[in-house]
Amino acid sequence: MPNIGSYEERIKNFDWSISEKELGYQQGDVINIGWYCSDRICEMGNGDRLALLWENAMGEEKRYTYNDIRVYSNTIGAFLRSLGIKNEDRVCLFMDKVPELYIGLLGILKIGAVAQPLFSAFGDESLFVRLENAGTSAIITQRKHALKVRKIIDRLPNLKHIIIVDHDGKKELKEREVAFSMEANRVDKLELFPTKAESPSLLHYTSGTTGMPKGVQHVHYSLISQYLTAKWVLDITKNDIYWCTADPGWVTGTSYGIIAPWALGVTQCVLDAGFSAEAWYRFIQKYKVTVWYSAPTAIRSLMKAGDAIVRQFDLSSLRHLISVGEPLNAEAVVWSEKVFGLPFHDSYWQTETGSIMISNYPGMKIKPGSMGKPFPGITGTIVHPQTYEPVNETGVIGLIAFRPGWPAMMRTYWRNEETYKGKFKNGWYLPGDRARLDSDGYFWFIGRDDDVINTAGHLVSPFEVESALLEHPAVAESAVVSKPDEINMEVVKAFVTLKPGFSVSEELELEIMNFIRKKLSPLAMPQEIEYIDPLPKTRSGKIMRRLLHAKEWGEEIGDTSTLEND
Amino acid sequence: MEDLKDVILEYVIAEYASEDDKLTYDTPLISGGLVDSFSMVSLKRFLEVKYKISIPDEDASPEAFDSVNKIADLVKRFTG
Repeated sequence: MPNIGSYEERIKNFDWSISEKELGYQQGDVINIGWYCSDRICEMGNGDRLALLWENAMGEEKRYTYNDIRVYSNTIGAFLRSLGIKNEDRVCLFMDKVPELYIGLLGILKIGAVAQPLFSAFGDESLFVRLENAGTSAIITQRKHALKVRKIIDRLPNLKHIIIVDHDGKKELKEREVAFSMEANRVDKLELFPTKAESPSLLHYTSGTTGMPKGVQHVHYSLISQYLTAKWVLDITKNDIYWCTADPGWVTGTSYGIIAPWALGVTQCVLDAGFSAEAWYRFIQKYKVTVWYSAPTAIRSLMKAGDAIVRQFDLSSLRHLISVGEPLNAEAVVWSEKVFGLPFHDSYWQTETGSIMISNYPGMKIKPGSMGKPFPGITGTIVHPQTYEPVNETGVIGLIAFRPGWPAMMRTYWRNEETYKGKFKNGWYLPGDRARLDSDGYFWFIGRDDDVINTAGHLVSPFEVESALLEHPAVAESAVVSKPDEINMEVVKAFVTLKPGFSVSEELELEIMNFIRKKLSPLAMPQEIEYIDPLPKTRSGKIMRRLLHAKEWGEEIGDTSTLEND
Repeated sequence: MEDLKDVILEYVIAEYASEDDKLTYDTPLISGGLVDSFSMVSLKRFLEVKYKISIPDEDASPEAFDSVNKIADLVKRFTG
């Protein structure tokens, strides 16, 4: 019997107090995610249980018990305090998937500071805009990534400390840099900052259509959602070996790659290496992974690697598979059932929702290709895109909408309350996605309601890429859209016009690609650049991205009455 | 052949590695996390521009790009 029992029964009798009771929390109590994920598990007598099994690309392995992560997160918290970091200061985590990233998040939260995880593949400009916007006080990083911080430090007066976790003493530390070794000192006792339900916990940055990335503000009470959704959707039990493949630079990697599994006291695995089907299957076999939370891009890459390789490994430990990040195509569900004997269960949520909102549940009939049904306690529907009234007919495409009020819902966009308020219409929170409902109440994803590009489950702002393109000396104008991709669902495509004196060449295309890759990130790098002169514009001079998008997707161009002379 | 490998190695070091990375012809690039699947597209484009070849997507697998030695073998297939 899965943890959720009967979905239909849970819907009828749901209250978030189920989660509060299991966690021993009462309204008004101190609630600190760092404590819940380490000290509490130890106080329950499970300090010797393995919390983290970690391996890197070179095959190096590390193991940490719950007592280890309790002590090492204390060590990190105490060190931050010694630097003068106090509650609500923003501390950025900018690392590969090393143990310090996972345990560091708990240390930051224990002293009441706000953790700001950022994807370590971000280039210096992506890093800069997010650190500047957050007014970040300290960044915990590795020496290879410190090079990017050095490039921008002069423009970041608020950034007082650059904490390097793997300094080997061979090279001199630079301005504001300090070396720190998590395992060199053991701080057994740390005075916990008494955070309450609404105390800020995490600041995750996400991309929008216009403007710079937005800081999504979460609070410690989010634990209530994250704990119960992990228990019921991921079906985690204390004997599981759990593997979430997401990077904690993104919200899945924190909500379900750190917070939820450790609050549940489960053993989780981390593979700090690039993707290869062989390495992933070997990892599952070696650690006897039972519950596997991954993403459609990875699943499609595994499909591409073929079925024969699956048979080279013993994957019989697997018992439950879940997917998130972008719609999981029906073929992938059917394929996983064929090769693993288990279907991947799609789940849907986003950075702003903080926890899973819609899912296919263990024990419930899966409709391959569908997103599933709302989590108990979540009121979700499809609303009309103009009136924001619920669409009562099945099969009609509209906007996904949720009634606000679940524990992990974002509390605001950092210093951007106006945009936050704009996410609510007619009493509904709108995540910005289109879908339809079928007669059984299952949601079916259609696409984004804006120009944001979802590539491999990560959102890329066309505006941010266009702005960066204009900084290249050859680019006069740019327009960025998504183009379909078999593996990543969408990838970035750029249309550019060149400045006088520059001519079209393959070398220039490669140069521009690398320029964006280093400045923003590999995800944001256009995988194709098309030279077009002029770009399609409205009579008022606004670039009509819609036409370029339609061209890439083979869609109807629609109304072109506002198009400038062509 | 050494020239080909050296050109590729030099490009990988310049574009994707950090100063601490010690790369050889056999260093795992993709599975080692040095070059991700998105960056692989720019590496493929470099090879196509440099050697005036076209590498079909079905041949541009993470396995075929996983080391300088493997990439050199791939390029040789298309340069004759």
